[in-house]
Amino acid sequence: MARFKKKKATGAQKINTSALPDIIFMLLFFFMVTTTMREVTLIVKVLPPEATEVQKLEKKSLVSYIYVGVPLKTQFGTESRIQLNDAFANPSDIAEFIASEREARDEADRKFLTTSIKADKDTRMGVITDIKQELRKVGAFKINYSSRKVASLSN
Amino acid sequence: MASREAPEINAGSMADIAFLLLIFFLVTTTMDIDTGITRKLPPPVEDDTEIDIKDRNIFKVLVSSSDRLMVEGEVSDIRTLREDVKEFMTNPNNLDDLPEKEMRFIENLGEIEVSKGVVSLKNDRGTSYEMYIKVQNELTAAFGELRDQLSQQFYGVKFTNLVNEDQRKAIQKAIPMAISEAEPENIGGN
Repeated sequence: MARFKKKKATGAQKINTSALPDIIFMLLFFFMVTTTMREVTLIVKVLPPEATEVQKLEKKSLVSYIYVGVPLKTQFGTESRIQLNDAFANPSDIAEFIASEREARDEADRKFLTTSIKADKDTRMGVITDIKQELRKVGAFKINYSSRKVASLSN
Repeated sequence: MASREAPEINAGSMADIAFLLLIFFLVTTTMDIDTGITRKLPPPVEDDTEIDIKDRNIFKVLVSSSDRLMVEGEVSDIRTLREDVKEFMTNPNNLDDLPEKEMRFIENLGEIEVSKGVVSLKNDRGTSYEMYIKVQNELTAAFGELRDQLSQQFYGVKFTNLVNEDQRKAIQKAIPMAISEAEPENIGGN
């Protein structure tokens, strides 16, 4: 008659670690998927000014960006230019840009849309003023002047 | 003697490889948090309706094309701007040339003095963006400090650390961020 073998109680039992890579892979994929890479390639030089009283921009999906700065390639001149999506633009193109940005969002989210102006610190206010006037015309009132947080300003 | 069973591949280092990849992604992905100064633009004006505000209630800040600062008609400095704005908004000695105050009932705070002061910011087309942000920064800081003070007084914590939404709203109402930007015009000085 067969007898059941008595289980050995002694000795450390090996934990099955074969599922560990799966868990790690899961984490890996999570990070790969969630980290959003910058969508546009900058064609203008943008070094935002420094400020101490900055706020975080929340809900990144509800932010549209306007870049302002001197073109990286000198063949496009040395004047400050506006970059919308992947191309240079004029202030008059902003209305269309905002319209398409709104179109891409949910109807309920549209009123929370923020426009972030990422401008280089050496930009003249003339360009910024033009942008602001255009934004006012199309009713995109929430704006954010992108700036780097520093502990104190050097005067 | 050849083994009859298929040899098992040692998968123990698989986790290490996956860890390596994970750490690589963790390190390389810079979650660049966008920060900036948030403002609300005024709706466009239809016609030239002059809004009548008493002169004592306006704090005029002008930034010239050469990035120089003029406050209330006098040459000023960015370093004193914050204190100037704070003094203007609080009017501690109830002076005649500083803004009026109004008793207003605000939920959670009760009757409280609210300043009628407005900071008017004007800049030239030639002003540098850096200077403009500096000025905006100082204005924000001034209002922030006033809010901190009031919040400290009522709730014992700074406004920036205040979490209760109703309390935040009350403080915001008591000290509104009254910054008005003038319609653009070329004020010259090139």
